[in-house]
Amino acid sequence: MTSLDDRLAAVRDGGRHALVPYLMAGARPDWVRLFEAAVAGGADAIEVGLPFSDPMMDGPVVQEAALAALAAGTTLDSVCATLGSLDLGVPLIAMTYCNVIYHVGLERAAGRLREAGVLGAILPDLALEELDEWAAVCDAGDLATVLMVAPSTPVERVARLTARSRGFVYAAARMAVTGTASGLGDGVAVVERVREVSSVPVYMGIGIATPEQARDAARVADGVIVGSALVRRVLDGQSAEDLESAVRALREALDEM
Amino acid sequence: MSTMGTPGARGRFGEFGGRFVPEALMPACLELEGAFAEAWADPAFVAEFHDTLRLFGGRPTPVTPLARLSERLGLRVYAKREDLAHTGSHKINNVVGQTLLTRRMGKRRVIAETGAGQHGVATATAAARLGLECTVFMGEVDTKRQELNVFRMELLGARVVPVASGSRTLKDAVNEALREWVTCVADTHYCIGSVMGPHPFPWMVREFQRVIGDEARAQLEDLGVGVPEVVVACVGGGSNAAGVFAGFVDTPARLVGVEAAGGSAIGHGSPGVLHGMRSMLLQDEYGQIEEAQSISAGLDYPGIGPEHAHLAATGRAQYVAVGDDEVLGGLTLLSETEGIIPALETAHAVAWVARAAGRELAPGTTVLINLSGRGDKDVAQVREMLRGDA
Repeated sequence: MTSLDDRLAAVRDGGRHALVPYLMAGARPDWVRLFEAAVAGGADAIEVGLPFSDPMMDGPVVQEAALAALAAGTTLDSVCATLGSLDLGVPLIAMTYCNVIYHVGLERAAGRLREAGVLGAILPDLALEELDEWAAVCDAGDLATVLMVAPSTPVERVARLTARSRGFVYAAARMAVTGTASGLGDGVAVVERVREVSSVPVYMGIGIATPEQARDAARVADGVIVGSALVRRVLDGQSAEDLESAVRALREALDEM
Repeated sequence: MSTMGTPGARGRFGEFGGRFVPEALMPACLELEGAFAEAWADPAFVAEFHDTLRLFGGRPTPVTPLARLSERLGLRVYAKREDLAHTGSHKINNVVGQTLLTRRMGKRRVIAETGAGQHGVATATAAARLGLECTVFMGEVDTKRQELNVFRMELLGARVVPVASGSRTLKDAVNEALREWVTCVADTHYCIGSVMGPHPFPWMVREFQRVIGDEARAQLEDLGVGVPEVVVACVGGGSNAAGVFAGFVDTPARLVGVEAAGGSAIGHGSPGVLHGMRSMLLQDEYGQIEEAQSISAGLDYPGIGPEHAHLAATGRAQYVAVGDDEVLGGLTLLSETEGIIPALETAHAVAWVARAAGRELAPGTTVLINLSGRGDKDVAQVREMLRGDA
């Protein structure tokens, strides 16, 4: 069990549905303030986007945020240096692409993230078939490798992915990149497929944009990931207070459950 | 694996290759790997592939002895004439193979990326022949640079989607095609244009292109030349080079890939992961992908096929670079001495042979150049560049 498993199990044991906002590190000069606002609004963990020039799994909103972060000079090291000096009080999970990690070196990248207090990592372009090396490094360093299950994933793969995912399983609600459509899509069926093989927490993402959708997702899932809907607000220049209100609205919807 | 043989289940060429794609696409990659392996072992499929290339694609393309160029350079130069294939380049070989496979898999639609438009036109062509729906992603910058190719694709019944993200060129067209594929993978095949992307694409595209090398080897035998001492091809992603190298990799022939100096993934790149593969890439010190810069849109790509990265690492093939300034010289040299206007991409290979003649290539050396494409598409651009020089 990784530290992230323990932290997220505690959320579920507390009878709470996990709310995980995704925000891009470095997308705005005040990005730390935005992370704090998300926590104040009721986030249980934050998915920290580390920008990559060619984000294959992301739609236009996250792409725009990534380009803004890169233009501002954001790097793995700069984000880790900032996060390492903070205590946001909730688990952090990095989300980036293989090349950002591979270029630094797997052990060094995992070490930098963990030293900065990051407890998990999602690399959406790292297929199960290529996972071994990174998983070994992460397991040795107490960094949770969170894996995705898609609507297209056959049943036998669901079991193999679920067995190797740490912290939680990311249930992709639709066959699409991030931020291109909203609604539960195939999410309920994906969550149920994971439930059949494991009791690990399952969080739904890719299409959860509104409090109503978050609440509907939480009828089956242990948590929700909300990304582009919040990143859009950041790109539109909304204040930290506005972001906090948006996160709180999601929180309240989940707590109604 | 023997050199340029069948890669293992992980699709590795030494440390390169593999499959770095989102889980949503993995089932499709696995399905494609199984479907291609089965089709390629089925004599009926292989026969249909070769029949289509013969009856529709203009194959076999000849090997032409280049007498006046040979005299000029002091070499014995032969050209494999992919410029004479249907749609004007080697791209037709790959798209005929992939569209036949699309139909065999029961899919009704293909998507593709294109830079200058050669692969897009070829895909639209092959799709029209089989009645498949076709969507081509093309960087917005390239749709403006290559307006006529956009119209060609539309004439062929394809829909062209301008890509406005990132650098708005080939790299981003690939990103957008991959993003689209996630949404429609059940009924759509991604007809990738080069020996790149996740396994099985680099292997499959090389196998569809190896007809170039296999034909050339037999044709050079028939001409009494035998195995040439040097085989030269331009390299962007590297499909024409992979195709011609595959026919000679088990001979003593020296294999030379010619990159654009501004897109030299082997020369100036480092190992990394992009577009589903681990290969050599142009990237900055943080692993962010850099833009390639070349006068030929077909070589304007920051990566290279993973098998080329492996052939470079083992030393079986050598990769050299030619600058934009030398390319025009290669184009005009071949035009004036042989009556063949090559594509700007292809002119890189000609330019390297001209530069190396009498230096790295001793007088009398037998050289096969893969003439991957004809230059009609580039004539307007070349005119502007020559006027600019004057």
